[in-house]
Amino acid sequence: MQQLPSTRADSAGASVQIVDLSIFNAEADVEGLVFQALAFIYQVADVFAFLVITAAGLAIIFGMMGIINMAHGEFITCGAYMTTLCVRGGAPLPLAIGIGALCAGLLGVVLERLIVRWFYNRPIDSLVATWGISLILTQGALLLLGSAWSSVGTPLGSVAFGNYSFAVYRIAMVAVAIALLLGLYLLFTFTTFGVHARATMQNASMARALGVPVERIYCQTFGLGAALAGLAGGLYAPTLTLSPTMGTGFVVEAFVTVVVGGANVLSGTAPASVVLAAIRAAITAGYGQVYGLIGLLVTVCIVIRVLPEGFSGWLARRRA
Amino acid sequence: MTPTDLLARFNGPQTFGNGRAFWAAAGLVLGLAVLYPLIADSFNVANTAYFGVWTFMALGLSVIWGYGGLLSFGQTAFFGLAGYAYGVIAINLGDAHGYPILALLAALTIASAFALILGYFMIYGGIGGVFVGIVTLSVTLAFATFMNQTAGPQWHIGRARLNGYNGMTRIPSLAIVDFAGNKLKIDGPAFYYLILALMVIIYLGLRVLLNSRFGNVLVAIRENPERTELLGYDIRRYQLGAFVIGGFLAGLSGALYAAWGNFIVPASMALPAAAMPIIWVAVGGRQDLTATLIGTLVVLYVFQALTVISQEYALVVIGAVLLVTILFAPGGYVIGIANLLRGGRRGLIGMRTGPVDARLGAETTNE
Repeated sequence: MQQLPSTRADSAGASVQIVDLSIFNAEADVEGLVFQALAFIYQVADVFAFLVITAAGLAIIFGMMGIINMAHGEFITCGAYMTTLCVRGGAPLPLAIGIGALCAGLLGVVLERLIVRWFYNRPIDSLVATWGISLILTQGALLLLGSAWSSVGTPLGSVAFGNYSFAVYRIAMVAVAIALLLGLYLLFTFTTFGVHARATMQNASMARALGVPVERIYCQTFGLGAALAGLAGGLYAPTLTLSPTMGTGFVVEAFVTVVVGGANVLSGTAPASVVLAAIRAAITAGYGQVYGLIGLLVTVCIVIRVLPEGFSGWLARRRA
Repeated sequence: MTPTDLLARFNGPQTFGNGRAFWAAAGLVLGLAVLYPLIADSFNVANTAYFGVWTFMALGLSVIWGYGGLLSFGQTAFFGLAGYAYGVIAINLGDAHGYPILALLAALTIASAFALILGYFMIYGGIGGVFVGIVTLSVTLAFATFMNQTAGPQWHIGRARLNGYNGMTRIPSLAIVDFAGNKLKIDGPAFYYLILALMVIIYLGLRVLLNSRFGNVLVAIRENPERTELLGYDIRRYQLGAFVIGGFLAGLSGALYAAWGNFIVPASMALPAAAMPIIWVAVGGRQDLTATLIGTLVVLYVFQALTVISQEYALVVIGAVLLVTILFAPGGYVIGIANLLRGGRRGLIGMRTGPVDARLGAETTNE
């Protein structure tokens, strides 16, 4: 039975496995073609879920404050470690993932109050500051926790169709990604926080004049972004070997998705994830993981030349 | 052009230290640096040359970030590209007939061409300040990931094995030929003097460039891109120019590093190596060449001293230094101390800090 390649992030330094999928074999019969199409859709959906889940937190912070959180990977690491700790302590996985997200969110709120809030008027310096945080957290964790923890193992097993096996956990990730987008839509559309947040995004000084607590909105948004990063770490923790540098394996995809998507999670990150997932899955199937990553970067270079404000900026301009 | 005119071109509004006292001090430091190999042992000379190798990448980042206002997190991509290019070409050509010099020039061309292509897509696409940072970092991390997986005999270019995670080894040192056709290896004190000469040439060359029209326009773009554009300048050309200069200088560091240590590894591009140039430049004072040069050498020295304890510990300390710098002295310490000594109004803090409305603030920055 052919095991499908996973799109999990390999932490820096780990070798990347190249799996020949032979999707492009022409001699397959009709039934085989159906299975191959199914396998390709599965892979696209898998990458899509990965991109949405890892990029959502980064995109929310960028959309609100205009800053890129370079410590995004470390919040992911924090979520993954807390989740693993809780599972080892006997907590069921969903609860453990929730605790992981909560811990990352709290860490985000603390760092926002202490450091990040001083940089809202200096977006480029904010990159350097959050990078300093990232360096301290990663290297501090290496000092305290050592180099690697084994994962708790992927639950739910797999189902087989024809010659292919599909991991149920990865299919569940697709559902989680869609639920996440839906949840963010509901949060930003129907809650007081969401209305205040959108008002702050559009015009912060006007929102403040109308009584919106802008400072608190920024703090909550940063906490939300950090919690979503922690959620990403928790969700992918069972599929990975944990190490303090594991965040690096997520950030390139997250950065790329935010650059292509632009400032809005729903009209930017979501369509960008679909397009990038299709490109990456196709290249990975033909040439392997590393070329899939390089393909993503080439796509980004072309997209920023054509649509410098990303999908969401382009959509907003068309609507205007 | 009289000699005074020529000397006047080293001075200008874009560089600190234009007076006689500054140049006298600089001459004194240079004199001491020339005499250094006579009094120090060979390990210290080689180690100082190693520090000098990195200064080119730092000066290049100062041009891009400090003067041009574009923050590149990916200088180590050009460093690694030039290092690998030098290695591949030098291994294939061998070190006879002065071929390593040819390899050095080819590596610099490759790094500059890559900076031109990457810079074209970013700058002519008109993406904002923070995006330049994350696109350059993404390219660097992907390049490092790619080189990490090139283990095994199938990954070779000619006679040069790429060797994946362990890196390329047995890269020839720089060598030239004398008039009789004998090979002269540039290592030990000779390499030290080569680095020193390059530092002087590049430092003075950049001073001339940044005090010329190019530098003035570049600083104008950093301060207010829209206004500069409305004044009729094609800001993209100037930013791309700065980006290519930065790529070239990072490439120079990379190729010289490969020649100095006779090896290059993917880890010299990936995190945390990619963070180092930012720290050197930010701590000294990114908006000035002299401050960058001093800051880089000081941070390298302190970092090496701390690494004796452990590398992780050294990185935590240096990360904290970066955070404190960017919070409290974003202009950098060398500039801050120089201002204090002169009784300047701005003092150590240099820039105003405080939580101001993000959207309002964004209008005044390079978005």
